[in-house]
Amino acid sequence: MSEQLKDTRDITVTVNGKSYQEAVETRLHLADFLRLQLKLTGTHLGCEHGVCGACTILVDGEAVRSCLMLAVQANGREVTTIEGLADGEELSPIQEAFSEHHALQCGFCTSGMIMSLTAFIEENPGADEAAIREAISGNICRCTGYQSIVAAGVAVAAKQAGGS
Amino acid sequence: MKPGRFTYHDPTTIDELTGLLASLEDVKFLAGGQSLMPMLNMRFTQPDHLVDLNGIDGLAGIALNGAALEIGAMTRQATLMKSGEIAEHLPVMQAALHWVGHFQTRYRGTIGGSLCHLDPSAELPLIALLCDAELTVVGPEGERSVAMGDWPLAYMMPNLSEQEILKLISITPWGGHHGFAFEEISRRRGDFAIVGVGCQLAVENGSITKAAIAIGGADQVPYRLSEAEAALIGQPASEETFAAAGEVARQKDAMSDAYITAAYRQRLANVLTKRTLAAAAQRATGE
Ligand code: FES
Ligand code: FES
Repeated sequence: MSEQLKDTRDITVTVNGKSYQEAVETRLHLADFLRLQLKLTGTHLGCEHGVCGACTILVDGEAVRSCLMLAVQANGREVTTIEGLADGEELSPIQEAFSEHHALQCGFCTSGMIMSLTAFIEENPGADEAAIREAISGNICRCTGYQSIVAAGVAVAAKQAGGS
Repeated sequence: MKPGRFTYHDPTTIDELTGLLASLEDVKFLAGGQSLMPMLNMRFTQPDHLVDLNGIDGLAGIALNGAALEIGAMTRQATLMKSGEIAEHLPVMQAALHWVGHFQTRYRGTIGGSLCHLDPSAELPLIALLCDAELTVVGPEGERSVAMGDWPLAYMMPNLSEQEILKLISITPWGGHHGFAFEEISRRRGDFAIVGVGCQLAVENGSITKAAIAIGGADQVPYRLSEAEAALIGQPASEETFAAAGEVARQKDAMSDAYITAAYRQRLANVLTKRTLAAAAQRATGE
């Protein structure tokens, strides 16, 4: 198809603290925008229809599935991806706990799991095991059997509650 | 880039939207996108025009207008879950919202999107039906209101023309002391319900004075168990009474598909009706 049939918009979006001005085709979903256009490939795509949770990111601090938002809808918003969690070499508490509890094997689900838990524990410090399990019920992992992921989540939630 | 080509529109007012609709053909409306985006990504739908409702002023919000709770169609499910007004006046909606997708999808998903998509197993249409919601839709011809009972025309087909959108959901909560309950069975947490049942019950001196039961997932559209509701009035709030209501639910028509038989759906309708009535009665009598 010819170029002029493309429906494009200019957007300004902040990703991990950095502001980007980009022209995007309006049908481009947010996950593909992050991966293909910004080359931030830490956000993964498993299903692209909202079932696996691999693409979970934060938009204005809320965990959402980036395959179910258009890039154009992120205009003016603040996005956080897995690349934005660590402070230099220093891992975020959830990242640290994933390492400690061996909460990943192949790592495909990991960015989505970590983004989900980051948002959930932020909002629910002290969440118990049942709540953590429910929080990641929308994130599918084919490797770990979930136990180690739950353990990591519970450990961070407990620490967060203790610290506040 | 998975969706097919479309022209994107993002009106900021209802007037702009209705003006736009008068001139466009083959349009899809993007609310929270938790059902439409998958359909676009998989190209199950390939509209020429996509009209994004997220930027329209005044379509989201929860307000108490007299006795009625008025909920803007673009109000997010997460907002409804956290709302003090909903907690106080319409707790049955929050009980059901826990079952709607996952917390990540509830940040985007809207009540209006769910009502318009009208998946037979969706929780929010069931709750709107249970609570006798009045819907306001708007289009180039102006506004009209539709009772929730007249909203589902057929399988996933709401009472809405192609040029109209849902604007407002108005619900007048039951006054006085009453109980409520919502339960569903799905294969995994967050999956589509196989069957879900919601009910509200008022009980005075041990006998039932008011009852509402709504069932979703069992048939092509959610329905009220009106026969059982009428029969419950004046009956003692007892196990036998609830079993009789469950039996009515079991005898209703149900769908079957590749995974779940009609008989199993009927069985669930029966069991969940009994369970929710018992739970609602317990709340109503404060036991
Ligand atoms: S890729 Fe977005 S939910 Fe699976
Ligand atoms: S670690 Fe492999 S999918 Fe979860």
